[in-house]
Amino acid sequence: MTSITMTTLDPRTRAAARGWSDLSIRNLFIIPTIAFLIVFNIFPLIYSLGYSFTDFAANQPAGSWSFVGLQNYRDLLSDEHIWSNFIITAKYVIVSVAGQMLVGFGLALLLNRSFPMKGLITTLLLLPMMMSAAVVGLFWQLLYSPSWGPINYIFGLGDFAWLSDPNSALYAVAITDIWMWSPFVMLLSLAGLSAVPQHLYEAAAIDRAGSWYTFTRITLPLVAPLLLIALIFRTMEAFKTFDIAYTMTTQPTAELVAIRLYKQAFQQWDTGKSCALAYIVLIMVLAITNLYVKYLNKVKER
Amino acid sequence: MAAVRTSREIALNRLAIVAVLIATLIFLGPIYWIASTAFKPKELAITVPPTVFFEPEITPFIRLFTKRVQMQKEVDPEVYAAAPWWEKRIYDGGERVLKVGDKVQLSQYPDRFMNSLIVAIVSTVLAVSMGTLTAYGFSRFKIAGEADLLFFILSTRMLPPVVVAIPMFLMYRLVGLTDSHIGLIILYVAFNLSFSVWLMKGFMDEIPKEYEEAALVDGYTRMQAFFKIVLPEAATGIAATAVFCFITAWNEYAFALIMTNRRAQTAPPFIPSQIGSGLPDWTTIAAGTFLFLLPVAIFTFLLRKHLLRGVTFGAIRK
Repeated sequence: MTSITMTTLDPRTRAAARGWSDLSIRNLFIIPTIAFLIVFNIFPLIYSLGYSFTDFAANQPAGSWSFVGLQNYRDLLSDEHIWSNFIITAKYVIVSVAGQMLVGFGLALLLNRSFPMKGLITTLLLLPMMMSAAVVGLFWQLLYSPSWGPINYIFGLGDFAWLSDPNSALYAVAITDIWMWSPFVMLLSLAGLSAVPQHLYEAAAIDRAGSWYTFTRITLPLVAPLLLIALIFRTMEAFKTFDIAYTMTTQPTAELVAIRLYKQAFQQWDTGKSCALAYIVLIMVLAITNLYVKYLNKVKER
Repeated sequence: MAAVRTSREIALNRLAIVAVLIATLIFLGPIYWIASTAFKPKELAITVPPTVFFEPEITPFIRLFTKRVQMQKEVDPEVYAAAPWWEKRIYDGGERVLKVGDKVQLSQYPDRFMNSLIVAIVSTVLAVSMGTLTAYGFSRFKIAGEADLLFFILSTRMLPPVVVAIPMFLMYRLVGLTDSHIGLIILYVAFNLSFSVWLMKGFMDEIPKEYEEAALVDGYTRMQAFFKIVLPEAATGIAATAVFCFITAWNEYAFALIMTNRRAQTAPPFIPSQIGSGLPDWTTIAAGTFLFLLPVAIFTFLLRKHLLRGVTFGAIRK
């Protein structure tokens, strides 16, 4: 065989002639992952869909349950308590995500210039989002403490009980969440800002455009796709929030849907009804996920 | 920048840098408070006004690692004199270290920390190996319904942990996997797998196909080309993915809270459970938190170039 015939041969068919075929390699590489996810994510969800039509309680002997049809779903949708959990969650999502978008984008605007130790400072600012929400949330109890917390001392709030006052508990958790996740919005915004072509700003300067005009007509539209991704992702995560709120406060006014679900399933052992509630939450999350992936792909294509 | 900068712009620039420094101090405040409380004498953790300057000591860490009881009466001076320096610190706090014979009883913290390590490392190795293979498959071969499959994979990551935990708890109870390392590892692999596939696919897409094709022409099989050409090229990506998966597993709370309570319990549900009733000993809690957060802080610095990729599942690379 000469070298010329070698290079003209399609490498795929040549490789297929030796060793494993591409098709079997592809299957070997992909099928275990898909199978794993089906067995440990999809199958359990089908299992719990079944239970959502029963009055099963996991602390009762096996077999002592009966089929109740749509009763669980009907009960949940007419339960004012659940509705209040959803309203609390909505408030929490709005406050914490809005806060993160403002603080995060603001930080990115400040950081979007050159100064000494920029890399170090940016990384330091990103630390909160990498840490365990449950453990850090726990420690914020000390920061918020009415008797010896540094926050009340710094702001001169006396003995204001952030986490045990029913009116403020939810917002105190949201503030901690803003502290944790603003860096995420900052990171995405910085990527967007650094991708704005410099010549656009130069052209605007030549045209003597005001800084507000430059900001709203050049900066914002170009960063918008990344801000949108940050917004959808954070909305979804905030909607699912469990750990940070659970370790910080026990106030009923801060009982998010995920906490309610946990209590119903693992403290009251109302398993059937919890499965139904889990499904309601699941459908909402999947709807946001769909939106998220759509925009993620859109940005990827640019 | 070519444009001439006016003195107003220079002043604004300086102002922005000052604002950045202030923001950095605010964001690091809570982390600093954890770190400093971990080295405070017990009584200085809860003072009004809060204590900022103090002589650091490592007694909280000694308390963290030992089982102790409150002393009923003063310690015998001879016993005190014979005790090693660290035990004296415990006596000074009005407590004594529990012993069986001469052996010091360790607290539960080292066990929980070890559980966290085992579960995070094993689940990371599994999720990253499976994810790397799958990502290569998606990156190089034609797959029917590729976009839908990738969406399916990502959607598993978005499932709220408590939603998945209810049926998994029931199933684990049937097969005896509750409070086991394996049970938690399976959950973390399932949770990290989708992330690992998406992130690795981004890295794989960046390795030119021509590398393997050249190898195939040279007589490598596809497998050899994958292991000898592609994997070394993807090493950085694999390392970054592994660190992300490790951090996620290390930090995870909800699954660990629901599935484990003693034998396999990891640090995140354990640390809050230390609070108990009465006045919490914040220095010991801070010491535990500090040690637990330290690896993540180090990893964040190692990962800094890949953070953007990581948080967007590999979609945005810069």
